[in-house]
Amino acid sequence: MRVALFLTCVNDTLYPDTGRAVVKLLTRLGVEVDFPMAQTCCGQAHYNTGYRHQAEPLARHFSDVFGEYEAIVTPSGSCGAMVKELYPRLGERARAEGRGDSLAQALAPVVPKTYELTEFLVDVLGVTDVGAYYPHSVTYHPTCHGLRGLRLGDRPRRLLEAVQGLDLVELPGAEECCGFGGTFAVKNPDVSAAMGADKVRNAESTGAEALCAADNSCLMHLGGTMARLRTPLRPVHIAEILASTEEEPLA
Amino acid sequence: MSGTFVGMPAFPKAAHEAVHDDTLRGNLRHATHTIRDKRARAVDELADFALLREAGKQIKDHTLRHLDRYLVQLEESVTAAGGTVHWAADADEANRIVADLVKATGQSEVVKVKSMATQEIGLNEALEAEGIAAYETDLAELIVQLGHDRPSHILVPAIHRNRGEIRDIFAREMGSWGRPAPDGLADSPAELAEAARLHLREKFLRAKVGISGANFMVAETGTLVVLESEGNGRMCLTLPETLISVVGIEKIVPTWRDLEVFLQTLPRSSTAERMNPYTTTWTGTTDGDGPTTFHLVLLDNGRTDTLADTVGRQALRCIRCSACLNVCPVYERAGGHAYGSVYPGPIGAILSPQLRGTASEIDASLPYASSLCGACYDVCPVAIDIPEVLVHLRERVVQGGEVTSGGAKVRLKPAKGHAAERAAMRAAGWAFARPAALRAGQRFASRTRRLHPRKLPGPGKAWSASRELPKVPAESFRDWWQRTNGGTTGKSPNSGTSGKGGAAK
Repeated sequence: MRVALFLTCVNDTLYPDTGRAVVKLLTRLGVEVDFPMAQTCCGQAHYNTGYRHQAEPLARHFSDVFGEYEAIVTPSGSCGAMVKELYPRLGERARAEGRGDSLAQALAPVVPKTYELTEFLVDVLGVTDVGAYYPHSVTYHPTCHGLRGLRLGDRPRRLLEAVQGLDLVELPGAEECCGFGGTFAVKNPDVSAAMGADKVRNAESTGAEALCAADNSCLMHLGGTMARLRTPLRPVHIAEILASTEEEPLA
Repeated sequence: MSGTFVGMPAFPKAAHEAVHDDTLRGNLRHATHTIRDKRARAVDELADFALLREAGKQIKDHTLRHLDRYLVQLEESVTAAGGTVHWAADADEANRIVADLVKATGQSEVVKVKSMATQEIGLNEALEAEGIAAYETDLAELIVQLGHDRPSHILVPAIHRNRGEIRDIFAREMGSWGRPAPDGLADSPAELAEAARLHLREKFLRAKVGISGANFMVAETGTLVVLESEGNGRMCLTLPETLISVVGIEKIVPTWRDLEVFLQTLPRSSTAERMNPYTTTWTGTTDGDGPTTFHLVLLDNGRTDTLADTVGRQALRCIRCSACLNVCPVYERAGGHAYGSVYPGPIGAILSPQLRGTASEIDASLPYASSLCGACYDVCPVAIDIPEVLVHLRERVVQGGEVTSGGAKVRLKPAKGHAAERAAMRAAGWAFARPAALRAGQRFASRTRRLHPRKLPGPGKAWSASRELPKVPAESFRDWWQRTNGGTTGKSPNSGTSGKGGAAK
């Protein structure tokens, strides 16, 4: 099987380790991974901040870049939700505004082929034990777009539970937002910081070594909060745990 | 909407105060988490809750689509049952109608059952200006009124107060409003409730005029319905000679049968009760039973304009259960007062800017008072897609556009203060349309990474004030991919970090 990696602009620019982990993991599972170099950004920040018209060309660009692939895999719950949940709305809206069907038609083929990483592993590849080894205690934050946008359910947890050596500990208030919310973190900094600090304190209370999530945007906010609060916790993307093996452990 | 909250600072500024008020944070956290958990259990008990939710949504949508027809039917039914219907286009008109009706009775005081609509129009203040005293009889409303305070929650207006604070308010204020609090009042719920009971009983027995809102109005029979937990509302509805009900036009359901759905979803969503403790219905007047005069004031106050908006109109489905407030992480930290309206929380963030428009600073900031986490949509018993409406209103704020105001189409200009953001969005859009430009930017950021400041200027300052910035890696993924041919050749560079908050791994 040959899939396209949609890494997202945030991961590409700031978290290349996550991208390398996805490549390593999927290759190990026998999947051929391609990274279309023309990919840029899904347009989520534009959409959510109120600039939806400016998200449209980005969505169209996405469909141009990824349209040919059998499957599109992304290690980001929020960008995955942008494609799967909000792209159809962009198409509908263009139609409702009398701008024709072309956007809806361009987006229709890519939407069902796009998978968040854990969804792809469990639903498409049918695996929960990916042969990973990570001898640490981990607590899992489901993230809003993974939980309520994509309805990932227990897929990430099942994958983590199958990791050798990993001790998965329950996160109190797991389903609460971490307070990132894209531009929310800048527009409402006090509330955002309070939410982030509460999330970190909850994670700290579990005694886990690492806080894991399937979205580096939330982890950027939480990691920045951890560093400021000087907690021994570390943020880690689920792809990096799943890519880690006994031979090649996550550094 | 009412002038009560005019002059409120924009949401982020108002929230700043609340976030740093430890007592308030504690009160809110305790209360919202308790109700939230109970609601989840009460809802989980019903195997068909998802169906009820969909039914409620459809009944409301159907009624809103044919609102003109149902309003006329309601007026006919109420009139036939011996009531009088008044139409109020806005708050001023509604207040004038009510004040004139009270004056016509020769009375100078009224008792009130908790009502969002009368708070929305600032009725108490308007009556006071006419020399009429309005006494709130809902326990939480009483606490707010005695405390010269503002409500901060739809269901639990005094949610921001704890028992000790309530005891102090009762002891200090009750005497100047009527029967004083007993000497040596303690802060146990039983003693506080008893003090309120004695204080309120005098009011109930003396009052000749009652004022209420309604949760529902049944078009086919002209029946109004109030759901409450204390029985105080029922006293207001049945003891006075004259009853005046002020109700938003969107509160109609076509038939009694439709109530079946909401009498299941509303109590479970709001107070986590299987069945509502006091459900009172009244239809016009009846000889020898209850009020002999009944007036219904139908309130528009921005609702028809909201109905004209194809995305935003779903806010009018709201049955004021407050489940969205109790689950909202932003409300929990910012408190109800930060929303500058009698409608706080997620529903307030979409309702207020629609009913009042987005001209004021606070109303323009409300659509951004959310991280779009989606918890409010999940719990809403009439499936209002609050995140979608928030984004829709954000667009209105930053781009302007056509809206209906006072029944006329108006072209809105973008709100002030978004020029830099608009430019940034445009620049990002430009770069993202050109992979080469994105790549050049990434390379520049990587090459200069040792020079990056630890604190950002401008809007970024808000980020670095409480969080460390992520470190930019030595090489972007795409550069690594190209250099190593997807990892098949070459080693990864010694980037040393994935940049997550600078935490060592």
